[in-house]
Amino acid sequence: MTTPRPRPRLDADNRAFWTGGAEGKLNIHKCGECGQYTHPPKPLCRHCHSENVASEAVAGTGAVDTYTINHQQWMPGLEVPFVIARVRLDGVPGVILTTNIVNCAVDEVAFDDPVRVVFEEQDGIWFPLFEKVR
Amino acid sequence: MAEKHAYITGVGQSEVGVRLTRSPLLLTVDAVRDALDEAGLTIEQIDGVATYPGKASGYLGFSPVGSDELIEALGIKSKWHLGGMEMGAQLSAIQAAALAVQAGLARHVVCFRTVYEAAALARPDEYPPLRRETVDGPSQWTAPFFAISAGNWIAQYATRHMKRYGMTREQLAQVALNAHRNAAINPKARAIVKEPLTLDKYMSARLISTPFCLYDCDRFTDCSTVVIVSAQDALDEVRCTPIRIVATSGSVDRYSWDQVEWPASYETGADLWKRTDYKPKDVDTIQFYDGFAFLPITWLEGLGFVGKGEGHRFIEGGTRIARDGELPMNTHGGQLGAGRMHGFGFAHEAVTQLRGSGGARQIPGDPKVAVATSGGGPMAAALLLARD
Repeated sequence: MTTPRPRPRLDADNRAFWTGGAEGKLNIHKCGECGQYTHPPKPLCRHCHSENVASEAVAGTGAVDTYTINHQQWMPGLEVPFVIARVRLDGVPGVILTTNIVNCAVDEVAFDDPVRVVFEEQDGIWFPLFEKVR
Repeated sequence: MAEKHAYITGVGQSEVGVRLTRSPLLLTVDAVRDALDEAGLTIEQIDGVATYPGKASGYLGFSPVGSDELIEALGIKSKWHLGGMEMGAQLSAIQAAALAVQAGLARHVVCFRTVYEAAALARPDEYPPLRRETVDGPSQWTAPFFAISAGNWIAQYATRHMKRYGMTREQLAQVALNAHRNAAINPKARAIVKEPLTLDKYMSARLISTPFCLYDCDRFTDCSTVVIVSAQDALDEVRCTPIRIVATSGSVDRYSWDQVEWPASYETGADLWKRTDYKPKDVDTIQFYDGFAFLPITWLEGLGFVGKGEGHRFIEGGTRIARDGELPMNTHGGQLGAGRMHGFGFAHEAVTQLRGSGGARQIPGDPKVAVATSGGGPMAAALLLARD
């Protein structure tokens, strides 16, 4: 995809998520009190409301929860088709990421496929994409 | 004291078109006049205004007119007004108006939704498109992956229904086929749908985001739709058949398109029945939001007309949801057939059918109870309406 990806505006809550790829890390907010995860990241735990939350690198593997093959060229130059998927993250119960499944043909993606994160960098943002574990 | 109800006393609509040149404020005024005529009210009797989502300054085609602008333009002596997006969904503006008249804050509230998305595409200098170079809020979790449209997000719920419950594209197609059949005899839909849709044509249409093809996605439209909500003790001022707002709901577990297993139509659907003795079996017609074709299936299941995972089998073949079927759906053509009125078209049509004023598309059997819904994903609102 040569079209620039829409760029998230970085703030105190989301910076670790969108820049962790520089160190090869997929960072998710975790509570220091109850141990549960909060995504999208917020300055408090959505489970116990503690403010003792911080981003922590997770395994970066997961499974395809559901997906769609996008054929519509939403933006000029956008190369289609491509796969948009929801990925359930291993070891991070309750957190799902919308992402792209890359490095395979679009018709090779199926439910529950094991996948792992691969980062694509664009102007300091590290987009967490996923590829199938073969 | 018995609970005071709120009633819909007038519905109105402007011309419905594609790339209209009449200004969106004037389209709104046209729809207000149409609704006032129907209710037998004058603008001097209107003392409240509610709209969804309010004027969208950064994306004017989506919502070019706000409630304050309409108050100013028509000299409405308003005692209560509202315009906003942070509510259940589009029809929640009508829910809020019902609460306002029940609380005595106003007697007759004009609720409106004006869309100008087709005209905006044709006139980008006047109506600039939404900019996507930088995103924040909820869209930062989808747009960076070119999951730009709600169609991409909702398609993933539909894909899962196919995997888990065996829904087929032929079953899904019935939403669009039914919409086109009904739109074909709706004079207001003439600018939107010009040719009949067949299953063959549907199956060979270009794909947008699997399983959705072109016909599963609603069409940008220019129009304004108005619903007037009146207080029970103001009904002696109208000359029309009032339609009672029996119950409303708009519930959400999490405001997220991707962190939930099910869209909010399930929670909102279940909650609608908690404030009424009516049951799904009492409903004569359903007007279900179909911005994307899978959504009516979630409403069928969420409202308990069928069990979870059974919606696609209910609509199979299209006979049950046809105008002469057991549960006529989207009798004006929905947004797939009559254009993207963004939610308000379903309330307009429910009232039209309950009053028996559907003309060629009027359903048989003297319908008395209807459900109108709007929304998908984390947005959902439902209205239960009855002619007493």
